[in-house]
Parts: sequence; structure tokens; C-alpha cells
Amino acid sequence: MMRPLMLKGHDRSLTQVKFNREGDLLFSVSKGKEASVWYSSNGERLGTFVGHNGTIWSIDIDPETDYAVTGSADFTAKLWKAENGQCIHTWTLESPVKRVEFSPDGNQVLIVTDQVMGQTGKIKLFDIDHTQNAQPSTPKLEIVNEDGPASRFTVAGWSYGAFYILAAHADGKVSKYDARTGELLGSTRNQEMVLTDLQFSPDKTYFIVSSKDKTACLYDVDRLSLLKRYTADVPMNSACITPVKEFVILGGGQDAREVTTTSLSEGKFESRFYHKIFEEEIGRVKGHFGPLNYVAVHPKGTCYASGGEDGFVRLHHFHRSYFEFLYDVEKTAQATQQFEIEAK
Amino acid sequence: MPEPIAFDESQVDVSSIDFSDLEAQYHVPEPEHSYEHFVICDGAPIAPEAKAPVLKKVLTKLFSQCGKVVDMFMPLENGQTKGYLIIELENAAAADKAVKQLNGKKLDVKHRLAVNKLPDMEKYALNDNITEEFREPAIPEFRSHGYLKSWLLDPNGREQFMLHHHDTVGVYWYKKNIQPEEVIEPRAHWTSASMKFSPKGTYLFSFFPGGVQAWGGEKFDRIRRFVHPGVQLLDFSPTEKFLVTLSPEPIVIPPEDHPARAQCLFSAESAGHKLVIWDLQTGLPVRTFALPPNLEKQQSMPWPLIKWSFDDKYCARMGPDALAIYDTTQEFALLDKKLYKAEGIMDFEFAPAGVRLATTRKNDPPETVFSFWTPETPNQSARVSVVQLPSRQVLRTVNLFNVSDVKLCWQDEAKMLCCKVDRHTKSRKTTFTNLELLSLGEKDIPVEKVELKEVVSSFQWEPHGERFVTVSKLDTPNPNIAVPDNIVSFYDVEEAKVAKQVIKKWLCYKTVTKTHANQIRWSPKGRFVVVATVTGANGDLDFYDSDYDGEKEKEQSDKVKSNLKLLNHHEYKGLTDLAWDPSGRYVAGWSSTWRHKIENGYRIYDLVGMLRKEELIDGFKEFEWRPRPPSMLSSNDRKKVRKSLKEYAAQFEEADAMEADAELRELILKRKRLLQEWYTWRKEVIAKLKELHLTQEQAETREEVIEEVKEEILEEKEEVIE
Repeated sequence: MMRPLMLKGHDRSLTQVKFNREGDLLFSVSKGKEASVWYSSNGERLGTFVGHNGTIWSIDIDPETDYAVTGSADFTAKLWKAENGQCIHTWTLESPVKRVEFSPDGNQVLIVTDQVMGQTGKIKLFDIDHTQNAQPSTPKLEIVNEDGPASRFTVAGWSYGAFYILAAHADGKVSKYDARTGELLGSTRNQEMVLTDLQFSPDKTYFIVSSKDKTACLYDVDRLSLLKRYTADVPMNSACITPVKEFVILGGGQDAREVTTTSLSEGKFESRFYHKIFEEEIGRVKGHFGPLNYVAVHPKGTCYASGGEDGFVRLHHFHRSYFEFLYDVEKTAQATQQFEIEAK
Repeated sequence: MPEPIAFDESQVDVSSIDFSDLEAQYHVPEPEHSYEHFVICDGAPIAPEAKAPVLKKVLTKLFSQCGKVVDMFMPLENGQTKGYLIIELENAAAADKAVKQLNGKKLDVKHRLAVNKLPDMEKYALNDNITEEFREPAIPEFRSHGYLKSWLLDPNGREQFMLHHHDTVGVYWYKKNIQPEEVIEPRAHWTSASMKFSPKGTYLFSFFPGGVQAWGGEKFDRIRRFVHPGVQLLDFSPTEKFLVTLSPEPIVIPPEDHPARAQCLFSAESAGHKLVIWDLQTGLPVRTFALPPNLEKQQSMPWPLIKWSFDDKYCARMGPDALAIYDTTQEFALLDKKLYKAEGIMDFEFAPAGVRLATTRKNDPPETVFSFWTPETPNQSARVSVVQLPSRQVLRTVNLFNVSDVKLCWQDEAKMLCCKVDRHTKSRKTTFTNLELLSLGEKDIPVEKVELKEVVSSFQWEPHGERFVTVSKLDTPNPNIAVPDNIVSFYDVEEAKVAKQVIKKWLCYKTVTKTHANQIRWSPKGRFVVVATVTGANGDLDFYDSDYDGEKEKEQSDKVKSNLKLLNHHEYKGLTDLAWDPSGRYVAGWSSTWRHKIENGYRIYDLVGMLRKEELIDGFKEFEWRPRPPSMLSSNDRKKVRKSLKEYAAQFEEADAMEADAELRELILKRKRLLQEWYTWRKEVIAKLKELHLTQEQAETREEVIEEVKEEILEEKEEVIE
């Protein structure tokens, strides 16, 4: 693996990092009040989005890289023009925003609000009008958490075709809602503690959920069945699925408040690579000085970024050996496939 | 629900009800003349009538210790006393005292008194509780637990080990690099504290709030329970005959007529005692002790409190200014009925094996020996003494000056004894260590002294050898704890002949300085030694071979045979403890959640320090190799094995390869299956997406690449060309 690019622009802990669809730009948000945009090829900062008044918990970019949406602890979500950083709309909500995400076609956005200060946690869906700046301020649909604060929503995302909303809860439960009607279609619980992240496969037909219980689980969207489980030895804050290679990347580390009592190597602030199908750990990448709060992978699978509690984004471009790595079984499987194609 | 029965009180004729059963049950006897202050004394000598007054006088004097003797009746028959007498004491309390103090009292060699209260005799003897005929007590049917040493019959001679994590304890076969095989299904809540194997590995002990339990046999069935409420510490005699438990709660004897009394194994004298010796075979307590008052208030308990001779014949415990030595074959009676007086005794150790002294004849059994040390007093030097049992003959004393502490370290075959003497300078500002090495097998037990400038914190003899390793440190340490300043020293014997007498001299042939290392673990077979750093935050292991079969490093002394070589070095951050397996083939290191939460789990290395197995287990608590009894092979057998080692090795390698193959094949098949399942599923999903026109290719066609070229002039230079 190549020497990573260190993106130093935030002075507070990172909360989320995200590539746009082409992967040329990297968006990052932190507990500071600004969002940053970077070139993924060289780590140069392109600009910032200024306007929030508190921790920005989440950011997303629409498929055309026209808009960016951010959600913040200041009780607002903002829509930005990606090319110039102009804030064109602000949604005001009743509690802090924990997660925002565009639908795969870019025509809707979901906003997850936190269950604090007497408010019930909700997932709100808004339409995005691409023709004008002003956006409808009433949600198209609201999904309300009915199971009390222990089971509040932590994160959520869109499935393929924007058919379903998949939501992760604080008690380890994952549930699936119809994105048009808001009907609960099913739920399952395979993890013990707070779910910290939910990211989809490139085609959005399956997803990975990380948890503080030191595991990450892979589910399929249609049946909501547990496909794989990856076990680590420290709490996990984020997990993503790599395109091209059959891997998943997990990020986490000993909790921030426990870190002061442990030395650097003991906190295990590493990105961990697991084989997606065999559930086996393949390797680790060290570097951060604090827990990893988010890991994101380039849509073409050529690099990945990690955002740490230490305030740095580390951008790693994969080496050739990464792409060449295969288990023997995989090699034979590929060879037989090749053979079958040729035979046809 | 049944219909309630209509009940009208007025209809009941009370006189027709038979209350006799209740009356019998709650009958309060009329107070009658009490015999509570009478005792019956059995076992007194049978003496002719003429001597009866003398005897009476002796016994009256004896019983007067407990209270005033009001009357004494000694029945006579055929001009001789009958050997028992009835004594009337001043009150019931005196009678109780007499029972407590004088029951079992030895009058002389032949006569042991049995003292009982008269009402007790009536209670047991008169109410038809005793029949004339002897009835054999019911012996519970023998329950077999299988062969208790079955694990030693493993055809591959594999080792077993115990893993304890969260509340679960499992016992496993060690299988080199591959996943250990379960001996039994891991059990949840097996123990309330820790688990421990007995010294020869026969039993596995678990704790429960009411005591300890022994498990064994092929399936680890429960063999015996030792009820000692609140027990916290556990120890064994070396031959697994006896078990010692200590509980902070004093033993409470339920009152005489309480139903729990029948279950209680302790006798009345044990009330308030905290330390119990058990017979492992019968499960019965053989001796109980109260804690000495000086230990009652101490925070940390020195353990073991009872130390054993190598053959379990004697055991001893230390009191102020004396050692109580018990003979286990004589019902734990005090040896020679007296304490071993040693003023100010600080510590003692039995020799871990029988000692062959220069004076021991060839066919005589080896001697039992122990050593102890006493500190300096104004008119006497500190001294270490070596004493033989049962004769109590002092074989050797070593006088020492300016002593702060002494540790007695026996070599495992008891051929040598090292007294690690921490001494202080006259100003008492700094301390340093002297090693006084006693060779027990030689004439007059010569002492060789090794003087050091540093303080030795750890000393370990090589098993079956005469080499040792120490960890030491200057007493003026660097205040920065991050700077390593420990010194590891390796010693061997240099033999010199002086006037026909072979004199052993220990020579430090290699030192490793500036290290954090603080633990020494010799292989139980000798030669290999692991020096480890266990500090909690930082750990590492160094694997050494002290008979390396290669070129000797120049800095090592030529005067000794040893050739030390560092074979391997490993970092192990979380390391909290380490142990060799009993065969000396593997070293296990582990990180216990009892100490910290870092890298909890265990690692197994082989003797040259290759990592064989690593497992991270959340909530991991402890690891223990199952001990083995000493080998029964004679030295000739051993030689034979050594000779044909190559043949054996070939066989074992083949078996290993086959097993590894099977394991590998299984893994490959499993991976193949997973891969196939995955791709079948993916095919379905992709087909479905195609139907929905959501495939990714579609999306990609919309993409265009715009290349931006930025040019920057770094430097411009103008030069005039002539």
C-alpha cells in the first residue's frame, strides 16, 4: 500500500467522510462547524461549506455532484451547491440530525433525527426539487420510532431503486421500511450494542452494519437475513464494502474516553480488512492516533479514506498487490469460470 | 378450582378430636434433678485398689483445671479399678469445659481419656439408641469416575489445557497450529472464582461459595465436594494426598441438636478456625487451625500457610518464634509432641525432593530436610539453617550480617539450596544481594558465595541442572521508569580442583542489560529458558537456548560449558502471565481480563519461540496447562528413546502432516462452499436488478471524464547566452 495522504483541515474529530459517485472528490465533516471538499487524487482541499452552528454529524452528495446535504447537531440540515459551497436551503428540525442521505436517483433525501430532549427519533423523507433553490419544508413521509429511547434510530440508508429504507437502532436491531408508505416490513437483531454505521454495497442490494459490540454484520436487503458476521476485538464505529475485491473494511477502536488510559498501540486504532465471504481477517492498516470514526471506500475501489477521532482524514490508495490478492479457492474458481467462458 | 367446603365451627365437637400427637410433640418435660454438671471419664488406667487413691488424686488435680471437683466416684471390681469414673463438678459450665479440654487427653503412652457429659451418655445409650448387636454402618455404593489418569494415555502424548473466559471454563487438547479440540463441552458457571489443577493433574478444582469441588476422570465428573464456606485460597500437598483451604469466615458449628449438625464434618474444636487440611481421598477434614493472630489483621495473606515435605510425610506451619511440624502419618500429631523453637523465624522451605547427603548410605532412602532463616538480633547474627527430619539435627548453618531479607530457593532435585540474601550497607541507604549457594550432596555442605552490586529481584534454578538465571537491578534506580535498567544474568558452574577437592564456582557467563525483563521461566526439562517482561502495559518474551549447538559468541566465557543463544524475540503487549507445559515443549502466554482489558486471550509458542497459536478471547481470565505426574521412564529407557529419536520424529511428522491435511482440506471445502453460495446468491440478485432496470452499467454510461491540467511555473531563469 502506498504512503497515505494525510488530509489536515479539520481541527476536531471527524464524523463522516464520503466520496462522490465518480470518486474524484472526497467530502468530510467533523465536530467542527465546517464541511470540507478534497481532491481524492492528491489530497488538495477544494473548498469548505460554512454555515452550520454545531457538530456536523453527516454529509452526502447526490449522484450528479450537483448538491451536497449536511446534517448537524444545531437542529438543521442544509442543502448546498456542490460547485460553489453556497447554502441554498435549510431544513429546521426538532432535534439534532444524525444522518442524511440522498436516494440513489438524487430526487429525495432522508434525515435521521436523534431521540433526545423529549423528542421522538424520526426518519424524515424530503423531495428535492432540482429546478429551484427553495425546497419543500414539510416532509413527504415520516417514520417514527415507536420502541422508546433504548431502541432509537442511529443511522439509516436507501436500498436499491429507493424502494426501502434500512434503519439501524441503538439496541442492535436493524429494521426495513417501505420508502413510499413508511410501513415496517421487518426487523432483526443480531448485535448486542449500539449500531454505529450502515453502508451499502455498490448496487445497494446488501449492506453492512457496525456495532459497539465489536462486530459488524452483513445483511441482504430483500430478506433482511444475516449473511456474514465479522468479529473484531474493539468496538466498531464504521464499516464499508469494497467494490472490485470481495472485502469489507472495518474501523473503530477503544472508546475515546478510555483512550487516555491506554497507550497508542493498545487502543487498536486500525482499519481492518476482512474477506467478505470467508469472514476472515486479512490485514490491518495503522496510522490514526485515536479511534476511527468512519471508513469510506472509493466507488471504483481504488482507494479508501478513514476519518479519525484525532482530526485527520487518511486517504490510502491501494497497491497492485491488494488487487492481486486472492485465496487459492478464489483463484481456482476464477480459472474454472474463465475456462467455461472459453468453452462457450 | 375446587368448590370451597362449607364449614360451620359450631358443628364441631372438640372433645372428639385426638390431640395426643400434638401433645407428644409439644410436651415440656417437668424440670427434674439435673445431671448437667456430671461427666463420665473413660480410658483411665486400671489400677489395683491400693493405688486407687493415688490415681484419684492425679485425676482430681487434672479435672480441677476446669472447675472445682465436688465428688469423684471410681467403681471397683475384683480389687481393681474399672478404668472409668464419674466426676461431679461444681456446675455445668465446668463440665462443658472438661469435655472440651480433657476429651482425648493423653494421660500417658497407653492411656487416653474420653470425657463425656453424663446426660449425653444417657441420651445416646439409654434411649435404645444403641443395640447390643453390632450393626455394620451402611457403606455407600462405590461410584466409579473412570480412570482418573486417562488423559495420560493419549496415543499422541498431547497436552491438555484449561481456558477460562467470562463464566465459561473449557478443557482442550492442544493441537499445534490448528484449533484446539474440546475434551469436554465448555461449561458455564463452573466456578465462582478461578480453576486449579492439582499438582499431578489428577483433579481439576473449582470454587463455589460453599467450598471447593474436585472434578476428574475422562468427562470431568464431580468426584468430591469440600464444604468450607467462603473459601478463597487453595493449596495441595505435593503428592495430592491432602488439600488445604483457607476462608476468611471462621467455621461455625451448628448447635448440638440442629439438623445441620449431622451434615457438618467439623468437630466442635474446629469452631472459629479458618484453615483446614482435608484428606483428598476421603473428603474429610483431618486438621483445622485458627489463623495466628499476627496474620488475622494482615491485608495480603502469605500463601501457602502450610508447607509440605516432598513425600507428604511432614507438614509445617510457621508461628512466632517457632515452627509447628506435624507428622501426617500420625494423625497430624505434633512431631515429638513439641514445637521446633527458632527465635524470630522469618521463613522456611522444605526441600522439594529427598536429599542425598554425603553421609546417606547408598541403599538408604533420601532424607527429609528443611531450611529456615532467622534475622539479626543485638547479640546474634542472622542465620540460615538446614535441618534434617525427624531427627531435628542441624546439618549446616550459615551466618549472615547486615541482612534485610532472605529468600530460600531450592533446586528442584534438592541438590542445591540458594539463599538469596538482600543486604544493606552500614548506612542502610542502599541494598545489594549476595547469593549463598549450598551443595547439599557434598561433605559438610560447602557454601559458595556470589557477591553482587545489584539487588536480585528474581532467581530461578534450572530444573535438573545447576545453572541459574537472575534478574537484578541497581538499588539507585533511574527515576524515569521508561528507561529500562534491569539486568538479566546467566550463571553456570566452573569446576576447579583444589587439593583433590572439587570446588564448584558459579560464574556469570552472560548478561543482558538495559531491559525491562522481570520474569524467568525455565523449561521443566531444563536447557531452554524464557525471559519475559510482564508489566501490564508492555510485554515481551525472549527465548534462550543455553546449550546452543553452534558457534559461541565471543563475549561468553570459555570457562563454562554453556553456550547461550537468543533464539527468538516476541512482543506481546497484553502479557500478564506465562507458563511452560509440563513436557517442556510449549510456552503459553496469556492476557487476563483480571489485570487489564488489553488483547485478552492467549498465545502458544514452541520451545524455540515460534508462534504456534494465537486466539483473542474477549473476557479471557486464565490459562493452565494440565500438570503431569513425574515420568516413570528409567534413565536407560530415556537413552533408548533418544537414540531412536529420528525414527520417532519421522512417524510424528507424518501423522502431523496427515492431520493438518485433513484440517486444510476441510477448510478449503468450507471456503469453496461459501464462495459458491455467495455467487449463486449474487446471480439471483443481479438478475432481479436487471428486471428492474437498475443495473450499474446503465449508470456508468452517463459518466464523462473531464481532465483538468494545471500548470504552475516553479522557477524562471533568464540567462544571457554569449
